[in-house]
Amino acid sequence: MNTFEYAPAPESAALVDIKSQYGLFINGKFVAPKAGKTFTTINPANEEVLAKIAYAELADVNLAVTAARNAFTKTWSKMPGAERGKYLFRIARILQERSREFAVLETLDNGKPIRETRDTDIPLAAAHFFYHAGWADKLSYAGQGDNPKPYGVAAQIIPWNFPMLMLAWKIAPALATGNTVVLKPAETTPLTALLFAEVCQQAGLPAGVVNIVTGDGATGSHLVNHPGVDKVAFTGSTGVGKAIAKAIAGTKKSATLELGGKGANIVYDDAPIDEAVEGIVSGIFFNQGQVCCAGSRLLVQENIEDELLEKLKKRISLIRVGNPMDKNTDLGAINSSAQLARIKELADSGDIEGAQRWSPNCVLPSSGFWYPPTIFTGVSQSHRIAREEIFGPVLSVLTFRTPGEAIEKANNSPYGLSAGIWSDKGSRILWTAKKLRAGVIWANTFNKFDPASPFGGYKESGWGREGGRHGLAGYLKGDN
Amino acid sequence: MNSTLLADKSEASLKRFLSTLSPVDQVGATSRVEALATRSIKTSSKNWAIDLAIRMVDLTTLEGADTPEKVRALCAKGVYPDPTDLTVPSVGAICVYNDMVKIARTALDAGGGKDIPVAAVATAFPSGRASIEVKIQDTKDAIANGASEIDMVIDRGAFLSGKLGLVFEQIEIIKGLCGDNAHLKVILETGELVTLDNVRRASYLAMLAGADFIKTSTGKVAPAATAPVVYVMLEAVRDFYKMTGTKIGVKPAGGIRTTKDAIKQLVLVNEVAGPEWLDPSLFRIGASALLNDLLMQRMKMRDGHYASPNYVTLD
Repeated sequence: MNTFEYAPAPESAALVDIKSQYGLFINGKFVAPKAGKTFTTINPANEEVLAKIAYAELADVNLAVTAARNAFTKTWSKMPGAERGKYLFRIARILQERSREFAVLETLDNGKPIRETRDTDIPLAAAHFFYHAGWADKLSYAGQGDNPKPYGVAAQIIPWNFPMLMLAWKIAPALATGNTVVLKPAETTPLTALLFAEVCQQAGLPAGVVNIVTGDGATGSHLVNHPGVDKVAFTGSTGVGKAIAKAIAGTKKSATLELGGKGANIVYDDAPIDEAVEGIVSGIFFNQGQVCCAGSRLLVQENIEDELLEKLKKRISLIRVGNPMDKNTDLGAINSSAQLARIKELADSGDIEGAQRWSPNCVLPSSGFWYPPTIFTGVSQSHRIAREEIFGPVLSVLTFRTPGEAIEKANNSPYGLSAGIWSDKGSRILWTAKKLRAGVIWANTFNKFDPASPFGGYKESGWGREGGRHGLAGYLKGDN
Repeated sequence: MNSTLLADKSEASLKRFLSTLSPVDQVGATSRVEALATRSIKTSSKNWAIDLAIRMVDLTTLEGADTPEKVRALCAKGVYPDPTDLTVPSVGAICVYNDMVKIARTALDAGGGKDIPVAAVATAFPSGRASIEVKIQDTKDAIANGASEIDMVIDRGAFLSGKLGLVFEQIEIIKGLCGDNAHLKVILETGELVTLDNVRRASYLAMLAGADFIKTSTGKVAPAATAPVVYVMLEAVRDFYKMTGTKIGVKPAGGIRTTKDAIKQLVLVNEVAGPEWLDPSLFRIGASALLNDLLMQRMKMRDGHYASPNYVTLD
């Protein structure tokens, strides 16, 4: 061995006990679906079947909503905030204690690297429960009046890109504010939500406060349209978000929507270049780019484009693509064949429209769903890869000359979720941030999350905020 | 490009050149090294890294209480770190104070270590607070006694007060004395430079002035070789190579005590400067206690269990 080849360092899959079949979690118990239908969930890194999952239809959703309603009226809404907080603290501690198990399960079901589930997804999920546990008895300071009230039953639908973290973003504030929950995890990533159901049992959470129904879009539609639901919280694509907005129009249901994005990462010529390169890499390759707030458009000042791209390509060549369970893997598998097809289709449109594609030499595994880290240069504002959300490890590089042009290009998008600014000059950062129409703006960093910091979008990137004091507003009705 | 084209030795020219360097974002640099610290180095790659780290150790003793006997023992250990296992490679160099150079050279030559260089700390180590005449004589003595590597300290006071020309000139003079006889390592003492921007500027200043190696610290000031500092210095040698075609070495020193620490350093070298820096001619680790931990880990990899510390020798 003449070079420093990192030997395989796989995390053990035996840390987690995956059952061959899972039921629906309704009223504190796992139950079989009424019609007895099931579907399978697979490991996207090798296409092996992990488990059979219950498919919830209308009858099952009815049971779940009824259970949540009963828990709301009989137990949860009557319980003092401090008592609710104790359950949340307990859940948070159990998540920390079982973090390795959760990390392994998330990686197996989702395909993202164990390094990310271990260091980001699961610790942040636990942090969300800790943070909201603290709010449970302090809601009169949430900015919603002296005596804010919960909505009641929250229907929550979460995506497959951060299954456990999105569950925490949804369930923690709902429970802290006194709502009860029916949650539908994504069809391709239900396993950590079902393990979370076990955590609810372990924490002794009153039956019906959290219900988990597994299924596909039809299951989600039954849930959103259910008359017993008071509040809808959705994270996912803008297309589905719009459908939900239409479905609840004219009803009393309120909604928070976290939708797509096409984040601009703006690099000025006085930026700390090496750290900007790291930020660009994290912005587009974290979680294989399957991130709604990904920095998928790089806007670089034209006088440093060559230097930056050279460093960026060198850095991208170091990205280790492969087995997500290996502790040294940086880029894992794409979550599903459908998503992979979408990435391919959009990236191919970049070739057709005349942008220049570059990927490092990397060998992709033969089974599973994989896409190499890719950048396109020579991208114009009108290319599809500059406008549509690819949701994959594909970066579009555009240039600008003046700060005004950077703002114009950054804001020229139907989306407005995230943006990044790289500059050594504080005044320029503040000026830029003020002009950008994006819900989350990072300066000299990217993809930093904290439960105390609100997250959400402008324009077609969504309604409302999640996290922080602002996030509580989505689950509380003011008394005035 | 010749490095003299980047800047001449005038104060204004040096200042102008250093101001063209990209700033370092402390938070970003720290988070990058934290991410690299999670690399998991196991089995065959761990064996390889341990042997490489042993070859990179500048086995050091820099105490007022050093005795000739202690230096001789250190030299013997440097040649055959584990006398019971001759597959263990020799260390990169023996690093001592000026007055011990001759003793070390003689001991190495007599003990099978003719190829192992003796490094001498010079130029009023560790503070660098002396006249240039004293620094010159210090260096001349070391080379005359057989040192083939000179670890000089920069005048941090001059650097921090903006007298870049003075720092440059002193390095240049010492480099001139080293000539073809000795390799010059320039100690920045990053614990006193404080910011990563200063580390980057001082690295370039030393490289422009003729350093063969840039070294983090004397070991007498804390913090010493922190990961972000080494990271910034590795970026500097990588980018300087691109500018000039000259490869400069990096030597972290101080605070690297365990195999885990050393392997983290090697991961940094591999992923920041690049694999071509994974060689004792371009990367050294200034350490004393580290060697024993590397030997213990090597035994553990070989035997499958940890041995008692009694199985490795004191220096």
